Amino acid sequence: MKKIKILEERCKGCGLCIEFCPKKVLGFSEKRNLQGYRVVGFYAKEKCNACGICFLMCPELVFVSEE
Amino acid sequence: MPEVFRFPKSLKKTLFHYCPGCHHSIIHRLLCEVIDELGIRERTIGLASIGCSCFLYFYIDVDILEAPHGRSCSVGTGIKRARPDLVVFTYQGDGDFAAIGLGDSLHAASRGENITAIMINNTVYGMTGGQVSPTTLLFQKTTTTPYGRDPKKEGYPLKVAEILAGFEGVAFCARGAVNTPQRVLEAKKLLRRAFEIQLRGLGFSYLEFLSACPINWKMDPISATRYVDKLAETFPIKVFKDQLSEGKNEA
Repeated sequence: MKKIKILEERCKGCGLCIEFCPKKVLGFSEKRNLQGYRVVGFYAKEKCNACGICFLMCPELVFVSEE
Repeated sequence: MPEVFRFPKSLKKTLFHYCPGCHHSIIHRLLCEVIDELGIRERTIGLASIGCSCFLYFYIDVDILEAPHGRSCSVGTGIKRARPDLVVFTYQGDGDFAAIGLGDSLHAASRGENITAIMINNTVYGMTGGQVSPTTLLFQKTTTTPYGRDPKKEGYPLKVAEILAGFEGVAFCARGAVNTPQRVLEAKKLLRRAFEIQLRGLGFSYLEFLSACPINWKMDPISATRYVDKLAETFPIKVFKDQLSEGKNEA
């Protein structure tokens, strides 16, 4: 299974990935990036099955595979 | 099954300047994936418009030309006639395609120029601050129609895809949206079909995408994405004309 990396510096905190995630494994973290947005993060990474819906809906291409 | 979690090769790694929740960048990604899959990156020329998408050359790694406001289809006509081996697409907003450039766009379509026009319909003028555009919904509040669009004063929304579907020169005419994962996948198929039609030389291909503009609709990104469903009631999401599936294979 693919391991997903979150490119935090690209995130703009729109929350579309959190809204559409079928397993509800994503949420806003406490971190802020250089642009000042609260970035998205995993809070239940073990439940993620890499369906790719966050990648499809993310306007900023935050989710990429680790390689 | 499309390849997920992979950054498209023809998309630059620059950060997008679009507002949070804007659908422009989803369509940029789909466009780059289609260009990569068809292997036409080295012979593609894109035409950016005036509007939020005018910085297309910062993001898409193909040759991009900046056309005067609304004149993308005319500039594309010139490029395609001079170099028929190139793939030409225009990327325009609704204020660019349907307002100031309507004459150029309709005549390019009726001449059946072999180019692909992509129109992003967010029902307002996004870059200048959310003024009423020809495609604004009835009773929708904008900066210049604070009490809602009144059909007696501002008229009815202009349905460009329905108009173009009646033209003989138009080989492909469809409307899509990118507000749900399913529609994103369908939008990619539509984009691919629009480029295939151009590669076969069948005629003008027109593709319209309903898009959210959270800042100018005064909504948060998620409600704006949901509101696109309301747009789809006025602007139905479907394929109006597809000559490739109707059995026409060559021009």
